[in-house]
Amino acid sequence: MAKIGVFICHCGENIGAKIDCNKLAATIGEHPGVAVSVEYKYFCADPGQESIKKAIRDNNLTGVVVAACSPRMHEATFRKACAEAGLNPYMCEIANIREHCSWVHTDPDMATEKAADITRSMIEKVKRNNKLQPIEVPVTRRALVIGGGIAGIQAALDIANAGQEVVLVEREPSLGGHMAQLSETFPTLDCSQCIMTPRMVEAAQHPKIRLLTYAEVVSVDGYIGNFHVKVKMKARYVDMESCTGCGDCITKCPQKKISSEFDCGIGKRTAIYTPFAQSVPNKPVIDKATCTYFKNGKCKVCMRSCQINAINFDMQDEFIELEIGAIVVATGFQVQNNAVYGEYGYGKYPDVITGLQFERLASASGPTFGKILRPSDGKEPKTIVFIQCAGSRDPSKGVRYCSKICCMYTAKHAMLYAHKVHEGKSHIFYMDIRAAGKGYDEFTRRAIEEDEASYVRGRVSKVWPKMSKLMVRGVDTLLGKPVLIAADMVVLATAMVPQPDAKEFAKTIGIAYDEYGFFNEAHLKLRPVESSTAGIFLAGTCQSPKDIPDSVSQASASASKVLALFSKQTLEREPVVASNNEATCAGCWGCVLACPYNAIEKKDILDRSGKLIKRVASVNPGLCQGCGTCVTFCRSNSLDLAGFTEKQIFAEVMGL
Amino acid sequence: MNELFEPEIVAFVCTYCTYAGADLAGTSRLKYAPNVRIVRLPCTGRISPMFILKALQKGADGILISGCHPGDCHFTHGNYHARRRWMVFRALLEFTGIPSERVKYSWISAAEGGKFADLMNSITEDIRKLGPFDQYKALIKETEAPATF
Repeated sequence: MAKIGVFICHCGENIGAKIDCNKLAATIGEHPGVAVSVEYKYFCADPGQESIKKAIRDNNLTGVVVAACSPRMHEATFRKACAEAGLNPYMCEIANIREHCSWVHTDPDMATEKAADITRSMIEKVKRNNKLQPIEVPVTRRALVIGGGIAGIQAALDIANAGQEVVLVEREPSLGGHMAQLSETFPTLDCSQCIMTPRMVEAAQHPKIRLLTYAEVVSVDGYIGNFHVKVKMKARYVDMESCTGCGDCITKCPQKKISSEFDCGIGKRTAIYTPFAQSVPNKPVIDKATCTYFKNGKCKVCMRSCQINAINFDMQDEFIELEIGAIVVATGFQVQNNAVYGEYGYGKYPDVITGLQFERLASASGPTFGKILRPSDGKEPKTIVFIQCAGSRDPSKGVRYCSKICCMYTAKHAMLYAHKVHEGKSHIFYMDIRAAGKGYDEFTRRAIEEDEASYVRGRVSKVWPKMSKLMVRGVDTLLGKPVLIAADMVVLATAMVPQPDAKEFAKTIGIAYDEYGFFNEAHLKLRPVESSTAGIFLAGTCQSPKDIPDSVSQASASASKVLALFSKQTLEREPVVASNNEATCAGCWGCVLACPYNAIEKKDILDRSGKLIKRVASVNPGLCQGCGTCVTFCRSNSLDLAGFTEKQIFAEVMGL
Repeated sequence: MNELFEPEIVAFVCTYCTYAGADLAGTSRLKYAPNVRIVRLPCTGRISPMFILKALQKGADGILISGCHPGDCHFTHGNYHARRRWMVFRALLEFTGIPSERVKYSWISAAEGGKFADLMNSITEDIRKLGPFDQYKALIKETEAPATF
């Protein structure tokens, strides 16, 4: 006889203000099989959990339904509490009366009625729940870090320094990411190269880190602790073993006018190239799309200039397979294409540039060796207009979110400009100054007070050329007057957006993403570095716009999650897996075709003399992920899915 | 007399996309019609046509099936199985005398809280227009033997 305990949570006022919990508890108390039906303000809090445990012990409950928030929020909490009271945790179910009821409905009576239906349906389900035991699976102690920017490098180093193996995959020819492109970093103004390149070298030389540059992850199969990852090693056409990185080939290459991706189009590179002088590894690749030999079938100047014959035009893409226990995704961001703002003339007027291009101009290793010069005529600009929120916080043309770093880097740009061009004048159009962070507000104040950046609160409506100047028309909303500035250069604080292929990539590795393409965390507040998929963690700007300190913190947090996972020989998995009734299985193999994980094998059933009686399907619980596609496919109803059995679901429907 | 008909609708959704989308509608405090009851499943691939029939038999006026967008399935292709199964089942539904307009099929991702709320309202309106689904109820009355599971 079922003895079900129902615990109705008010969640403060979140549920209690809309749903009549008192009435709900009384109604549910009359439902057959319900032994306890009580309400309380916060069941997730310690006293609440204790009261559930006490009720289980006092009444010998056979099942528990907690009518509260989404199971995605606290299912684990309440299942653990049940286990502590001696009840099998899988005998606990959650009735979601917050996200699916109290928060979304206006009529209290209808909401209460719906809450009762939801709760009854879960009671009927839990009556048919089975006691399940978690499945133990081994853990491969090797982490994969995808992305070799600051976040990826930090995560890789933290994991490797703890003694675990790491494979670091970067799709560009060099480590470094966006941080390597920066000039100086706020709020300390230390040179990005000076703090970044030693970390790059450390990562490359670490005995526990296997570095794969110019490589892309093409598929991820398996599950937490046991991922199978396929990586494409793009053909470099340069033998990594023998190349010494002398650079002779780069100086001889006849293609010298290719727009450099690293310099954001301001500098030029050759067809055989390293992205920047401090590249790690400092060995070039041949860009097939621009190389004369690949285009015309002749040239091979680099091959002749190479004294150790490291160049091989016959090289092919290679694929390597890796066994991985945990994955850190640190794939970073891109800057938005500012061509969406026709009125600012980006792409049309060469002296309208993005913040990242300004970084390259201000960088000592950049195309102008740190001199701020106009891309059009190479002259030093005497007046610069900075336009903040060029894309951010603009639902009509850009993105709705705040890119978080632009207020800070624009203040930094104004400072760097003041330090390099003493008589220069900078005007900054802003919506708000968002300088929350350690030393950040002080930094923007310094830009205004010491480096005399003139902040104008308002938007720019148009930029147009006049003689050699750029005329900038905007508004000063504090004075309530239009403003017209004759500038030599305009810098747009461009929005940070996800990588263009972020959504595709998320599908490849099986994690969730938001409407923009940033990867979703498991819980915004409580599980910010875990993805929606167990064993895959997030670091840096692939999750949301972030500055360097935040990216590094998140990377270290991800690394600690990985290390916690690697601290055990085996890990426990949810026992939501399919099983087969071999007595009724007809061996049609429909399930074998349906299974996305090849978790169903054919098994011979023999008689005592070893003669084959029949062949049946058999589910490997280590591989089964519990989708249940096979169960629905099964013609003889032999397969069933633990936790979501046919009986449970029918009962749930009948309980509504 | 003018009281609005309040349809009962059962939704079978996958936990990774549509259930999460419904949670997002909740955390965003969007408001929608309270007529839909959700049954959570690991994947739309788990949804058996029998569930749909059972819900209609129980007295539901409409059914919703919703899962991840094609290509986004957490289990790689469970939703393709679900879609194919639905294409076959739709013809059979008509054959059994159940108008296929009573069963809706949609894709809602974990990021589409707004779409979920809109769908709840539109499906409630659509089923309201169709009126109560009483074929099963009439049949049960006729045979005087309540259908039991």
